[in-house]
Amino acid sequence: MLSDNPALLGLFTIVIGVGACLAYFFFSNVFIDKVLFPARGPNAGRNINRANMIRPWLFLFPALFALTLYLAYPVFETLRLSLTDRSQGGAFVGLANYRQMMNEAKFWEAVRNNMLWLIVVPAASTAFGLLVAQLTDRIRWGNFAKSLIFMPMAISFVGASVIFKLIYDTRAADQNQIGVLNAIWLKFDGGIGSVIFLQLLPTLLLLAFSVVVAYVAWTFVRGIVARGEDKSLWLLPLRLLVAVGGVWLIWISLNSALGVWITDVPYGEPQTWLTLPLWNNFFLMVVLIWIQTGFAMVILSAALRGIPEETVEAAIVDGANPFQIFFKIKVPQIMGTIVVVWTTITLTVLKVFDIVFAMTNGQWETQVLANYMYDKLFRANDWGVGSASAIIIMLLVTPILVWNVYNARKEMK
Amino acid sequence: MTSLSLKSVSKSYGAVEVLRDINMEINAGELIVFVGPSGCGKSTLLRMIAGLEKITGGELEIDGVVVNDVPPAQRGIAMVFQSYALYPHMTVYDNMAFALKLAGKSRDEIDRAVRAAADRLQLTAYLDRLPKALSGGQRQRVAIGRSIVRDPKVFLFDEPLSNLDAALRVATRIEIAQLKESMPESTMIYVTHDQVEAMTLATRIVVLHGGNIEQFGAPLDLYERPANTFVAQFIGSPAMNLIDAKVTATGSQTSVVMSDGGHADVPIASLDSDKGATVKLGVRPEDLTVTDSDDFLVSADVEIVEALGETTVLYFRPKDDAPALIAKLPGIHKIAKGTSIRLTAAPEKLHLFDGEGQSFLYR
Amino acid sequence: MASIAGKKSGLTWAVHISVAALVLLWLFPTVGLFVSSFRTADQISSSGWWAALFPAEQNEVYRTSDPDGTRVADGGQFTVTGNIFEGEPRDIRSWGVSSRDVSAYQPGETADMGDGESLTLQADGSYVWKGNDKQISGRGQRVFVTATVPPEFTLQNYATILFSGTGQDNMGKAFFNTLTVTIPATIIPIVIAAFAAYALAWMEFPGRALLIAAVVALLVVPLQLALIPLLRLHLAVGIGKGYMGVWLAHTAFGMPLAVYLLRNYMVGLPRDIIENAKVDGATDFQIFTRIILPLSFPALASFAIFQFLWTWNDLLVAKVFLIDATGSTTVMTNQIVELLGTRGGNWEILATAAFVSIAVPLFVFFAMQRYLVRGLLAGSVK
Repeated sequence: MLSDNPALLGLFTIVIGVGACLAYFFFSNVFIDKVLFPARGPNAGRNINRANMIRPWLFLFPALFALTLYLAYPVFETLRLSLTDRSQGGAFVGLANYRQMMNEAKFWEAVRNNMLWLIVVPAASTAFGLLVAQLTDRIRWGNFAKSLIFMPMAISFVGASVIFKLIYDTRAADQNQIGVLNAIWLKFDGGIGSVIFLQLLPTLLLLAFSVVVAYVAWTFVRGIVARGEDKSLWLLPLRLLVAVGGVWLIWISLNSALGVWITDVPYGEPQTWLTLPLWNNFFLMVVLIWIQTGFAMVILSAALRGIPEETVEAAIVDGANPFQIFFKIKVPQIMGTIVVVWTTITLTVLKVFDIVFAMTNGQWETQVLANYMYDKLFRANDWGVGSASAIIIMLLVTPILVWNVYNARKEMK
Repeated sequence: MTSLSLKSVSKSYGAVEVLRDINMEINAGELIVFVGPSGCGKSTLLRMIAGLEKITGGELEIDGVVVNDVPPAQRGIAMVFQSYALYPHMTVYDNMAFALKLAGKSRDEIDRAVRAAADRLQLTAYLDRLPKALSGGQRQRVAIGRSIVRDPKVFLFDEPLSNLDAALRVATRIEIAQLKESMPESTMIYVTHDQVEAMTLATRIVVLHGGNIEQFGAPLDLYERPANTFVAQFIGSPAMNLIDAKVTATGSQTSVVMSDGGHADVPIASLDSDKGATVKLGVRPEDLTVTDSDDFLVSADVEIVEALGETTVLYFRPKDDAPALIAKLPGIHKIAKGTSIRLTAAPEKLHLFDGEGQSFLYR
Repeated sequence: MASIAGKKSGLTWAVHISVAALVLLWLFPTVGLFVSSFRTADQISSSGWWAALFPAEQNEVYRTSDPDGTRVADGGQFTVTGNIFEGEPRDIRSWGVSSRDVSAYQPGETADMGDGESLTLQADGSYVWKGNDKQISGRGQRVFVTATVPPEFTLQNYATILFSGTGQDNMGKAFFNTLTVTIPATIIPIVIAAFAAYALAWMEFPGRALLIAAVVALLVVPLQLALIPLLRLHLAVGIGKGYMGVWLAHTAFGMPLAVYLLRNYMVGLPRDIIENAKVDGATDFQIFTRIILPLSFPALASFAIFQFLWTWNDLLVAKVFLIDATGSTTVMTNQIVELLGTRGGNWEILATAAFVSIAVPLFVFFAMQRYLVRGLLAGSVK
């Protein structure tokens, strides 16, 4: 009867659930204080000490139970499942699932797309967040502006997907376009405006991006040859990885810059944006950038506020212009926070599922790992490969996990 | 009437020993001040008496009962914290009533106790306020009131004045002195790093340093007869001058000479074996006077003159690697920088410390 | 900084304009959805939502009234008069009688349709249609008009979505289902995490540092890993798919952040206050309920908002642990995804459904933004 009315059921559960929690804590406390180790009699002192040794575990038990059963255990269980085959009754099959996965084009597509997401979304969100944080720092309506840019944080990935599907909507050429992107697109006709906005501007952006990547890659590579750098052996793979990734990115962006000029652009034809290979990935990323910029902005804004005013004033007295103040005084001081924001958004990106699921469901070469995994799990019913792809996600998260734990421990000391 | 006794109490965190072998008998009605530089363990000792830190060795007795394992609330103590530790979400009244409520006292009883304490501390008008609406001095009084309400056997104060500004600190210090006077039977232990508070409030002072008790005695005892160079330099401001000296004659009085030709006959007994030993001659800056005679203690060049009106403080250029010498002369003295001056002091104001820094008096 | 001498005002203006541009850019998508949810299906499909705010030029097709019965004979000539707009006046810009040329005539002009048949149309839609017996018979004459339509909004979509719609179109049930998931899944983890956070912050026991490190580690474990093992577990112990399962899952998945956030906050509370409470005779349980909980309100609120937004907006956990084959326990996010699949072109339904689902989080967001920001700042691992 209760289950007929979800509202009533919910209320019932709240009362029962919360009541049970509180009752557990209260009565378990009473039990050890009054029954097990009463603070009376000849052993009062010893009993109190014993009770105090047990009490932390009473307080911790439900949380630890939940954490262990729902987060720690599944990591190992998923690892085990990834080595078994469901259709063979859960027999151990070694790395067969991984091999099968590696042979699927869809998997490599998901990996490639995930890499793109991992580079573009954190970078764009952090950059926009930093920009907004800095711009709104000193203006009177800054808080109002920030709260509007922060707002997408409250919107679900699914809701955001609907919002952006409307933007990317396509109608036949002879109808009014109701998607903003196509409406704008049809304004371009190959004239001088199009050249500036669709060829010159992207080229400049891509070139600027290449320069930034080259600089970052160089700062990493320099450590191998330059003196006075940490030459620890474990840093070498990292440096090489960054260098290779940098070269790859530069290659892609220079290629794209060239492509902007030689590709025949279909002016005047409405585009189905979400089916354009490669481009559609970026259209999906825009959704997440739109959401995550607010997060980056809030944290970076607080960090900017935390910069000692004196350092900025000293720079002004030293004759720095606003851009120098921003890049040479402020950004270096909040570098730690920028890294935190970057890694946090990276985590979100690795888990991104809803956006792809709702907008393209991985079609038209937009697959990502999280959706690939869901696909394997609940459509193909292949738990082995599903688990294997989950383990891949876990592997990608692990460096951040280690880094976070390391930092947290350092901070506690 | 409550007495406390600490029997070779010690405290260590793992391998680090912060307090060792503390022995102390505190009589009922005393106001004991723990004083010492920061990190000396004085706050830890207080917190061990409160029961906030476990005692890792030895025994703590309150009224003859070992309380090592008794939780704080049942030791009959009340504590006033440096930060006052007022509950920010409770009114002044609730702050003072909290402990009594926990103890299950009746509503009338609580009300009576709270109002009596508030009345005594002129807090009646503020009973409905939250702590954030009070001034620093008022918060301090609430913290004290909260401890009075519980009618404890022992009051513990942990640097209660260090968050107040200078003027308020003096006023509150006097209030605490009056409070103590109005409750002659209650025992109080007070931790501070400020020797003025220690000297003015204490019936007896415990000087702690590096986890050891350096000296335990009445305030003026510590000033006049410091047990070692640490206490000698810690009590009194500016600190006592310590001059290297060589013992030339021993007996019921001891003669010493200094490297610059100064000499002194100190009315402190010494042993024959001390003869020829290098000792420290201690003399407080305020005991030094200027002299022209050849019968001087030290001679030195004036480096800095601080004319304060009430006193004139002279800083002398140290000879070789000896510590700087300071003299505090009453009144105004017109002395130019660089002048060479001879100083002397009454023999009974002199102190002698052996090579380990222990006073000759306590050997 | 504003007071510093010699500061250029041009730069200040550039800042104001850039911020305004960014804000508009960020707001634009949401406003599009919001506006669309108040338009009819026809309006949405005939023009972009940005046009809805202004009087729109719209191409429409009307018919004159059928001649039989309304025509007036005048010798061999027959005349039909009337207004093509029935009760909804529009302002005609141009018109035509053939689909090949819909804007052949200006208002007030007369269209010559050959053999003496003619139609005169005024700007307000009134017409005079003349011709012989044969011409003025059968069905009414088709008229193509280009007219300006005043902005028009309707609440009909909301009525459909919330109350009158059937099947998938009705979000009423999904709304309550979402609430049923969200509220217990927000409150229960707070209670459990608060106790654990207190133990980790203020109680001494061996292994404490290790546990804190473990919580930080679990903070980043992707919940994707938990799906299969836990679904198996739920099926094995008989919880199956349902509210119980989703509550448990949300409680556990929110636990690392809750414990981390609350512990960080609690550990910052003044030690003296807690020790004073001990001296006052409070037990750990009393310290927790009477001192820590009231003082930790900001952190509790922060986490509550996080968990609320997360559970309300969640799709994955609900799909895996809650929604069974019957679909009777569907939540709003899931229903919207299904609508996207089946009613992808019906933007009035989609936009309204989406807006219903994001209205509650938006309200919570604006009402409690302060706590959300504080939580974000405390929750990111430094």
